[in-house]
Amino acid sequence: MTSWPAITCTVVALVGGATMARAEAGGDPDRGAEMFRQCAGCHQVGSGAKNAIGPQLNGIFDRSAARAEGFAYSDGLVRAATNGLAWDFDSLDAYIENPRALVSQTRMNFRGLPNQQDRDDLLAFLRIYSASPSDIPESAPTAQAVDHEVAPEILAIVGDPTYGEYLSGECTSCHQTSGAANGIPSITNWPAEYFVTAMHAYKDDVRTHPVMQMMAKRLSNEEVAALAAYFEDVE
Amino acid sequence: MTLNRRAFVGSAVAATGVLAAPMVMGASHGRAKVVVVGGGAGGATVARYLAKDSNGEIDVTLIEPTRQYYTCFFSNLYLGGFRTIESLGHSYGGLAAQYGINVVHDWAIGVDRDAKTVSTAGGYMLPYDRLILSPGIDFVEGAVAGWDVAAQNKMPHAYKAGSQSELLKAQIEAMPQGGTYAMVAPPNPFRCPPGPYERVSMVAHLLKQINPTAKILIADPKEAFSKQGLFEEGWNTHYAGMIERIGPDFGGANVEVDPEAMTLSIDGDVNNVDVCNVIPAMKAGRIADIAGITEGNWAPVNAADLSSKMDANIHVLGDACAQGDMPKSGFSANSQAKVCANAVRGVLTGSTVFPARFANTCWSLIDTNDGVKVGATYEATDEKIAKVDGFISETGESAQVRQATFEESVGWYDGIAADMFG
Repeated sequence: MTSWPAITCTVVALVGGATMARAEAGGDPDRGAEMFRQCAGCHQVGSGAKNAIGPQLNGIFDRSAARAEGFAYSDGLVRAATNGLAWDFDSLDAYIENPRALVSQTRMNFRGLPNQQDRDDLLAFLRIYSASPSDIPESAPTAQAVDHEVAPEILAIVGDPTYGEYLSGECTSCHQTSGAANGIPSITNWPAEYFVTAMHAYKDDVRTHPVMQMMAKRLSNEEVAALAAYFEDVE
Repeated sequence: MTLNRRAFVGSAVAATGVLAAPMVMGASHGRAKVVVVGGGAGGATVARYLAKDSNGEIDVTLIEPTRQYYTCFFSNLYLGGFRTIESLGHSYGGLAAQYGINVVHDWAIGVDRDAKTVSTAGGYMLPYDRLILSPGIDFVEGAVAGWDVAAQNKMPHAYKAGSQSELLKAQIEAMPQGGTYAMVAPPNPFRCPPGPYERVSMVAHLLKQINPTAKILIADPKEAFSKQGLFEEGWNTHYAGMIERIGPDFGGANVEVDPEAMTLSIDGDVNNVDVCNVIPAMKAGRIADIAGITEGNWAPVNAADLSSKMDANIHVLGDACAQGDMPKSGFSANSQAKVCANAVRGVLTGSTVFPARFANTCWSLIDTNDGVKVGATYEATDEKIAKVDGFISETGESAQVRQATFEESVGWYDGIAADMFG
């Protein structure tokens, strides 16, 4: 999602790891329902919600800004949407903290919620009315703030095959330990160097398979080495 | 079981934590005992990994009523004619012979959480140090007006594979020319989010060949569904004019069926249908409820080891558990099983416990060589299993990409079957 890198960075920089923990705890949706009363003069959410003074807010997480069907948005919000503003935890958090700070010509006439807990609770309430990953797996986990960069560990070369054996559980849902290959290639008994090279090619998007890119990207260099060590000698 | 006793068990567990496990082990003068209930993607995998990796240090019992297990995944491909029913069947012989798992073909009917025993319909009483429940789904009673399990012969769900799949296919093949196949789709959350829509695709594929003027009618209580853009694109391309979906805005949540008259009423409009595939709202397999570890329809678990939030000696895998962001799928259950096996083995034998990591991919077939997929990786947080990253097939992909995706799914089937059954 290309939403608002400047804001995201600020949030992460200010509160760091705490953002993650707090966002995952998800706020208190019951308290958020009470907070929503100050929004309800303009916005509807839930079953049968319609556009009113403001747009209806069902499915707000995960969609591009200015997208409620049939609602006439301000030029400012339309422009922000054209520039890539999409609603997720971070962008909504910034918007309700101070709407005009995020979208200068928005018509949303709301002074903002300066208190983080208030915003967390309100967003936890609103998140209920958007698609959830467990119901629709392609939904983004937009209820949580995204904490981007973890400093990359550089080259732990000697892999631990015991750890590799545990990690291999993620591979063997598809690739067979027996080395049988049918639609999905064999990954057993490769020289470790080739294995590591291939995995880094997925990590760096040089190899294009989306499942493998996803699996490789979450493996540290040490974990790739551990897998390589395990699969090199697996019987 | 009374609420008082539940509360007592809960507090005792909280007080003693995992330290209790090795003491029980010592007291039993033998190998640590793990009882697994349910031999599907969660249960078979966790039993196999525990037995395989513990070098005989853990005594693993698997309780599963059926002798031949039919995978729910790929059962839609059977409806479409892309698989035989036999190719979906797996026996437990390998788990018993190759891994020394004590496979008991019986129904688990009771759990005594104080005595730590499981009782079976056949009259056995099996003690455990850790109990792992992977019972899959049951249906919420009264979820679809006019339907109950007694009607599944007339209006099959085919959401547990095997005889129900065969019945549904026979009914579709027997439809009169120009007849109607109807589906009552389930509300969230349910097993296999893309499953009903892959099924519609496969039924359409079959009907296009044997009954091209037939219609497909879906009553759906959900606004949106998994891979919706991909399915709708495929339905337009391959099955134009055949499929009608009625969502909640037009009464898709307000349905009633009459299995005798073979009618489906949607918002009061009565439709005569020839096949009515009713997929009701779902809940955890009944043994989870019997064990007293459910909250609402599902069993809440801790993300790090899939342990029940109500009893640290019980773990719940797969469709039955409420864990967070993972969809209820065979792939998810298999992934959770490996994390659980690693954690349980650590507690019972002192082996290294590595941090939990999860993944899921769901492939769906829309038509011949037109495969799509969605997947994600997940991690354990204090709160839940949380999504980390994901991908989904794109609309407008080339035929080569779609064929490769389908071929990959066939390879995955063999891979996960080997991972479950050895």
